[in-house]
Amino acid sequence: MPALLANPDAQFVLWALIKIVVILFGLLGVVSYLTFAERKVAGHIQARTGPNRVGPFGLLQPIADVLKLFFKEEFIPAGANKVVFHIAPMLAVIPALVTFSVVPMGPNFTVTDLNVGLLLFLAMSSLGVYSITLAGWSSNNKYALLGGLRSSAQMISYELAMGLSTVGVLMLAGSLSLVDIVHAQQRYWFIVQQPLAFIIFLITAFAETNRAPFDLPEAEAELVAGFHTEYSSMKWGLFFLGEYANMITISSIAVTLFLGGWNGPWLPEPLKFLWYFAKLAALLFFFMWVRWTFPRLRYDQLMQLGWKVLLPLALLNVMVTAVGLWWAVGR
Amino acid sequence: MIPLLFAAFAAVLVASSLLVILHRNPVTSALFLVLAFCSLAALYLLLGAEFVGMVQVIVYAGAIMVLFLFVIMYLNLGHDVEGGVQTTLRRGLGWVVGAVLVAEGAMLLARGMALGPETPQSPPPPGGNTGAIGLLLYSRYLFPFEITSLVLLVAMVGAIVITRGRTTPAGPARAAAPRAAAPRAAPPATPAAGPPGTEPAGAPAEEVHA
Amino acid sequence: MIPLSWLLLLSAVVFAIGVVGVLVRRNALVIFMSVELMLNAANLAFVAFARHLNSLDGQIVVFFVMTVAAAEVAVGLAIIVNLFRLRETVFVDEVNLLKG
Repeated sequence: MPALLANPDAQFVLWALIKIVVILFGLLGVVSYLTFAERKVAGHIQARTGPNRVGPFGLLQPIADVLKLFFKEEFIPAGANKVVFHIAPMLAVIPALVTFSVVPMGPNFTVTDLNVGLLLFLAMSSLGVYSITLAGWSSNNKYALLGGLRSSAQMISYELAMGLSTVGVLMLAGSLSLVDIVHAQQRYWFIVQQPLAFIIFLITAFAETNRAPFDLPEAEAELVAGFHTEYSSMKWGLFFLGEYANMITISSIAVTLFLGGWNGPWLPEPLKFLWYFAKLAALLFFFMWVRWTFPRLRYDQLMQLGWKVLLPLALLNVMVTAVGLWWAVGR
Repeated sequence: MIPLLFAAFAAVLVASSLLVILHRNPVTSALFLVLAFCSLAALYLLLGAEFVGMVQVIVYAGAIMVLFLFVIMYLNLGHDVEGGVQTTLRRGLGWVVGAVLVAEGAMLLARGMALGPETPQSPPPPGGNTGAIGLLLYSRYLFPFEITSLVLLVAMVGAIVITRGRTTPAGPARAAAPRAAAPRAAPPATPAAGPPGTEPAGAPAEEVHA
Repeated sequence: MIPLSWLLLLSAVVFAIGVVGVLVRRNALVIFMSVELMLNAANLAFVAFARHLNSLDGQIVVFFVMTVAAAEVAVGLAIIVNLFRLRETVFVDEVNLLKG
């Protein structure tokens, strides 16, 4: 055993595993408390209190929810494709968690500094389409199928605008590595130079995570429950968790790309990660605020917005950034 | 460690490729193909081609296979049922051809042909793999790059033209087609639907929610 | 350092699996998937050579192959969808109107 530990490869793997376990457990804890935060925020926006019975100020609510979900009976519909039915919820959570391995939370606080980190984020958001499509299809239920197909069409449409909106940041930073992008924002944040890209990224973030006002695929009033109609107990819990994990991941990327990551005044180096968490919390609050403020977009309005408005705007942003860079630097 | 990782990902690649062609259900085949593409992306990462690896996941696993899944779900295909003597004969011949190909390849490689001279490893270029690819792509390979964009445009327009068909029915042949059994095969999509997409997935997706 | 012969053998095996898929399966979609397998096997060979010859040209070619494969899949699937609408089948054995 000591001989194995002395091997530098084994050390690398062990260190990576420790970082992964710490961040994973931290993230799962934050995700469950995010559901609680959402319910509190929703309550206050709707002039009521939200959960406050379970534990002091309702803080033990997520634990109660998880326990309830574990004890619920699990239904598997009769004609469902069992294997795909089982793995679809897992596929919802995995891409969101994997993206977290490249997000820089502090000056030396990344699981890994991949030099194509931004592309990894885009790749994982592309893979996130599968869980919803497969969930909808494997449930052997026409409402679920409709919800699944609608949602995947929505996600792939907005993926393009999202990718293009990050190209402006990429040009300014000159690197695909998220750590380099944060370092490039030490003087001022990229939102100053790329406001349009930030707005486009936020709107596409709402669409990618299937959050209101783009949550038609899981519209409770319209499609029963959309693609997760047939899911019960912990599988549904995984979808729910996946949605919030996705929200956290996309907010982290938005903070990294546009809001300066862990950069901020007044704090010493080891405490800079607090800036990251503060910005992340603000953006997550914005997500929840928007959900309970805007009405849902109809499907054709949604597609029109994605293809006819956001995509041309993102392209325009890329062109303007390119011309601006040439004017300022390359001439 | 790298040979170990290579062996692991190569095993996953070969196993999932075999399962692609062996499974009766096309959806399962498509899912195994996604797995094969992801393990191939991991192999690209091992070979120092990280840009290509990520693009493999984004384009192949994330877009092309989603398109496949859309079409399979839209066509509502069940399990493939194939049987009979002719099928078995044809299958046997198919496997023989495959075995011959692998044997040929193994033989050539064992004799050291097709390998070329050994060159020493160069350090990774500054700006990383992506920067170096970008430099090449926009200087030496600019013309193929622009032609590729034309290819994509043609494919986009072609896919939509093929699935949209004529805006007016072509006559009795069209009316007689088994349209009653396929209510989802609607005529040209609603005018409110999105315009030709820049992604190939635009066309089937448009049909699905029509 | 992974020996080039291992990579080429892997590429050959995946290519052969793709060939077997095209010859053995009768579902047009599975045949199409096998063609994609073949394309990817070729991509692997390109990247392997790019690594061993220290030239990035192999990766550039892979980039183009991927783009053309995406275009091909789009048009091919449109054709298959149209075929299904006309003949209610995706089995290539049953598309035999021109058979003499």
